[in-house]
Amino acid sequence: MATIVVDGVEFEVDEGQNLLHACLSQGLELPYFCWHPSLGSVGACRQCAVIQYADADDTRGRLTMACMTPAKDGTRISIQTETAKQFRASVIEWLMENHPHDCPVCEEGGECHLQDMTVMTGHIQRRYRGRKRTFENQYLGPFLNHEMNRCITCYRCVRFYNDYAGGTDLQAFGSRDRMYFGRTTDGVLENEFSGNLIEVCPTGVFTDKPFSESYTRKWDLSSAPSICAGCAVGCNTFVSERYGRLKRVHNRYHGELNGYFLCDRGRFGAGFVNSTDRIEHVGERVEDDLFDVLDGEVGIAKLAEMIRQGDVVGIGSPRASLETNVALKTLVGEAQFCTGMSSAEESLVDLIIQTQRATSADIPSLSDVESADAVLILGEDVLNTAPRVALALRQTVRNRALNLAGEAGIPQWQDAGVSSHAQGRLNPLFIASVLPSGIDDIAADLAHDVPLNLADCGFAIAACIGEASGSEPGFVRKAAAALRSAQNPLIVSGTSTRTRAIVEAAGAVVAALESAGKVPRLLLVAPEANSFGSGLIGGGLDMNAALQRVASGSTKTLIVAENDIFRRAERERVEQALCTVENLVVLDSLDTPTASLASLVFPAATFAESTGTFVNYETRAQRFYCVFEPRNAIAPSWRWLAQAATDAGRDDLGWRHVDDVLEAVAASPNMAGVRAVAPDAGYLGSSLCKTPRETPRFSGRTAMNANVNIHEPKTSVDEETPLSFSMEGLNRDQPSALLPFVWAPGWNSNQSVFKFQQEIGGAAAGGDPGVRLLASGSIGTMPARSASVRSDGGGVDTGFRLIPVQAIFGSDELSSRSPPVVERSSAAFMIFSPMDAERLGAAQGMGVSCSVLGATFAVTVDAAMKSGYVGVSVGFTGAEGELPDGLIALAVDPNYRPTPNPHDRVIARG
Amino acid sequence: MITLSTKPLTERVEAVGGLVDMAAYENAGGYEAARQAITKSEPEAVQGLVKDADLRGRGGAGFPTGVKWGFVPKGDAAGPGHKYLVCNADEMEPGTFKDRYLMEMDPHLLIEGMLIAAFAIGADKAYIFLRGEYHESFKRLSSALADATEKGYVGRNVFGSDFSVDLVIHRSGGRYICGEETALLNALEGKRGQPRTKPPFPPASGAWGRPTIVNNVETLCNVPGILSNGVDWFRDLGIGNDSGTKLYGVSGRVNRPGLWELPIGTTIREIIEEHAGGMQEGYKLRGILPGGASTDFLTVEHLDLPMDYGSIQAAGSRMGTGTMILMDDSVCPVAISINLQHFFAQESCGFCTPCREGLPWLEQLLIDIEEGRGQPGDLELLDGNAAFIGAPGNTFCLHATGAMEPLLSALRYFREDFEAHIESGGCPYRERGH
Repeated sequence: MATIVVDGVEFEVDEGQNLLHACLSQGLELPYFCWHPSLGSVGACRQCAVIQYADADDTRGRLTMACMTPAKDGTRISIQTETAKQFRASVIEWLMENHPHDCPVCEEGGECHLQDMTVMTGHIQRRYRGRKRTFENQYLGPFLNHEMNRCITCYRCVRFYNDYAGGTDLQAFGSRDRMYFGRTTDGVLENEFSGNLIEVCPTGVFTDKPFSESYTRKWDLSSAPSICAGCAVGCNTFVSERYGRLKRVHNRYHGELNGYFLCDRGRFGAGFVNSTDRIEHVGERVEDDLFDVLDGEVGIAKLAEMIRQGDVVGIGSPRASLETNVALKTLVGEAQFCTGMSSAEESLVDLIIQTQRATSADIPSLSDVESADAVLILGEDVLNTAPRVALALRQTVRNRALNLAGEAGIPQWQDAGVSSHAQGRLNPLFIASVLPSGIDDIAADLAHDVPLNLADCGFAIAACIGEASGSEPGFVRKAAAALRSAQNPLIVSGTSTRTRAIVEAAGAVVAALESAGKVPRLLLVAPEANSFGSGLIGGGLDMNAALQRVASGSTKTLIVAENDIFRRAERERVEQALCTVENLVVLDSLDTPTASLASLVFPAATFAESTGTFVNYETRAQRFYCVFEPRNAIAPSWRWLAQAATDAGRDDLGWRHVDDVLEAVAASPNMAGVRAVAPDAGYLGSSLCKTPRETPRFSGRTAMNANVNIHEPKTSVDEETPLSFSMEGLNRDQPSALLPFVWAPGWNSNQSVFKFQQEIGGAAAGGDPGVRLLASGSIGTMPARSASVRSDGGGVDTGFRLIPVQAIFGSDELSSRSPPVVERSSAAFMIFSPMDAERLGAAQGMGVSCSVLGATFAVTVDAAMKSGYVGVSVGFTGAEGELPDGLIALAVDPNYRPTPNPHDRVIARG
Repeated sequence: MITLSTKPLTERVEAVGGLVDMAAYENAGGYEAARQAITKSEPEAVQGLVKDADLRGRGGAGFPTGVKWGFVPKGDAAGPGHKYLVCNADEMEPGTFKDRYLMEMDPHLLIEGMLIAAFAIGADKAYIFLRGEYHESFKRLSSALADATEKGYVGRNVFGSDFSVDLVIHRSGGRYICGEETALLNALEGKRGQPRTKPPFPPASGAWGRPTIVNNVETLCNVPGILSNGVDWFRDLGIGNDSGTKLYGVSGRVNRPGLWELPIGTTIREIIEEHAGGMQEGYKLRGILPGGASTDFLTVEHLDLPMDYGSIQAAGSRMGTGTMILMDDSVCPVAISINLQHFFAQESCGFCTPCREGLPWLEQLLIDIEEGRGQPGDLELLDGNAAFIGAPGNTFCLHATGAMEPLLSALRYFREDFEAHIESGGCPYRERGH
């Protein structure tokens, strides 16, 4: 710690930090633009000027930039001295020379850091008499607007986009007062984290395009803390609405997980909530594609009757909440419950849970990931399956620069100094994958092979770690050496290739490191928001068994909760089961192939309209809160099930509120921690003390429905959560899991987040949200290497072996029904080796048809693809479900025409 | 008895009467200093000589060259990899053409200076970062480099020793800021030409993150003489506190504008009156920019100051490059300020706010004043902004500080001219027909 004196007052601050960081930590108001807690200092904007005094006798002092000055013990500064205030006002005056006066029509208005800082410095009068410079804006794709005239040249965008996120297509161009931040030409910003520019830009240059198409001021948004439903990382989000429409998703700071940044799937993938494909009423099937709308009570009575008749099988879903899954499991009984994952997926998730339990290696949070100093990625394409992990890995390797800077006496927050000294030297990252990935640029070495060979590679690395020397190929030897000599080695793998041996090999590498006296970490990802929740709940039937049982005719009723079964097993198997069963009851939010076969459909609430719990890859249970009340008959799936069960005379599902369900969840094995995840509806006791979803400046609530009814509707009372659907209540000092938005006096933008942290860049105030359900550490036995069936690749004559390939935009079910993500998705594709493509007579731009999958795929050729194998875009049309085993015949489709795309280039896969 | 030279930089050029080629250079004893140093001496000894000679940087800042060389880590402390010597030949200071003279007339002198400097700091890679527009310099340096390489003076095993150094001439894309040593290094690496954060300082972590020394052309050209003729000779060359000779230049309405090698510390009066032949008939001297466009104006009262680092600084300006621009009584101080500020605003790299946004505003204010749109309060606006923009440390690098030096001093020395513009609603000089 260091003692610094600011305007005569002593403060105890972190000695390793700069003065801006130190002052903000102490709650002092010091304006800034270019500094960012995750990006460090570069000294570009000169906004955080203070007067620094040489010693106690120095009364004049000199101007210095707080962000560029270390907070050394004994530092004496003044923020309030007139010269410092005048200089800071001058900086705003200089920036305002060219900044347009378009706040009333700017999407940033009301939550603009530039507005806040302008007010903070007190600059009010324009003295510049010249013209403002103007630029042409660029088309940047479906996610972002570009309005360069507003740019204040803080360089944050390129520093985030290039240095932090590894982007290459956004650059600083030009010089002097004509600096331009954009692409070389119009086109889609390619980086998977481009949406963060919305929050990184201190003004309105990069704004949220889907949001601005249906725009609402921040003060008119009603928001709730939520958890991203896009993958198993479980990034914390603020989700906002008005008029019952989801408006936008913003980052909700989590010190251990997402920090300040989200991926574009998470930020732009929630648009399915507003989809016209939403199921909004209970429906009873009349004939194909024709449903009668039923009154909710009637629907419940019909379902109750089915429950009474017995022979019910329930299929849950890894994209549904713990609450809904436990409700269905309770209703049908464990023996009749299937988690809803495919059989292959479920066995892999079980294997992951078994492995994580058996090893003493911790499951790393993303901040743990960033502290690793050597990484092996085995067979998992994290940029496309758990994108935020890939962003963390970029920081992991960049931390080498921090170490080098430390040795050279350069402070870690001196971002430009750290980079220019490190000159791109990185911590070692080894990637063994089927295909090149979007983070290959930071890898020390790469190996591309088919999944089973990647597993062999992993086992060879494990063996090599235990040996002093060996004759292994370079990749294996180098990876083993790097992991062995690291302080904090990290292994990353997962389920995306559906290969058991890969997860086993990852476990073997970790075990070898433990034997070598290391303390490794193991990060294993599964694809969906609640895959790990589903895995921990478990069920008596796996998907194939459940479908077989239903197809055998012994099941009268099949209840499917928030799941499209066609994505979970081969089409034939699913069709057989769904067409055999007498009653198919589907609860879902969107119309799906499964829902359209249902005899009875219930409209399910999405994450935005219900409160529930997801379990992420760390087995961290996290609560998402209902953002707005669903329209029409939409209700949480668990509620439909509980009401029907109660109607049927069951006494064990008499749940009225989500907290009642949670109590039942907590009684399940492994789930004891879930009630502590976030406050329940009774938090602070009184309805007056509920946390308001609406901001203190919320406007128009007496008028916003006046076109329908001039009478002001009664404000709904939220009995489910500690949040209120109004602006009244107590939005202060609540646990971080209950924070609905960030906003502080004088800090209207998201830069106010530091007011809600224990320390800048540290844990959220009150602790980071979530409770880990599984303690790691030597429980049970490490899974042994299973005997894999070795099978060779095929060829043009025999057919090809299919390997699943994931895409950030398109593989995930829900986000790929969000309009901006649809725009970024490509057509379903297959990836061939150049030799196979040639033999098949296929080339880029052509299509191949697959009779087994019943679809045509765009041809992509990649030299890294092994001959005899074909990568298939899973989750896309034709490959929604599990890929068939065996050799699959493919043929060039002469009638194929590539889907015309209005954009210069669509990048669906990272 | 050997008469030691008093013009170590230019004597060969004067003797030859033009370009000094390899033969002429060697005939005059060229490359002997480098040969002796590299084959018979030690790097520390060479550093010691340059330090003792008190050779100060001739690029403008005047930092002691030997001290700078001493900052380069030695042996294992340097870590694995290259060390770099970079010659800053990006001579873009308005009014300055001294390095160009040396490179065009005596290119081997620079190459020899660089050989010795590279040897002294242990650099195995050397670059000449050359101003893009210096086509003739490039031609002549390239040809000289080819000759030196052919003779084994540059490349592997220089003069048959263990010492090897590659020398590359890199032509700049052309920005004034690339003369700033860290912006130069960024540009050399192919990055945006904008200055770097310090620390790290280049001697510890410069080009490609490796120890790097950046020296000006004239500085390096002084090194061979120091080694040949000794420390005492070099120290005695200077008149005042500083050592050696200096290339002084004069532009403006003098009778003989030009460039002369004179003992450092020669007075401004002597340079202007004796060497430049005094002011042209009918013109009176009003202001002097002593060391290029980015130095404070001096006036006739400063004529007897010696042109050395300390004296000019004490008078509130900087010797800078030592090539002065004279302002006579026919020149409008507001107009010259516009000209200067236009240059600096245009050459701002765009990184920090006061420089990027402040300089163009000041240029516009000056244009308003010159064109009769000045308003009461504009001078105070200029004063306030120029003070904030110009104070060292308020901007990221010293570009804006340099830009404000001639403006702040013009506002001080020629304030009545600025006031007259605003009061009369136009430029009195134009009305007088100048």
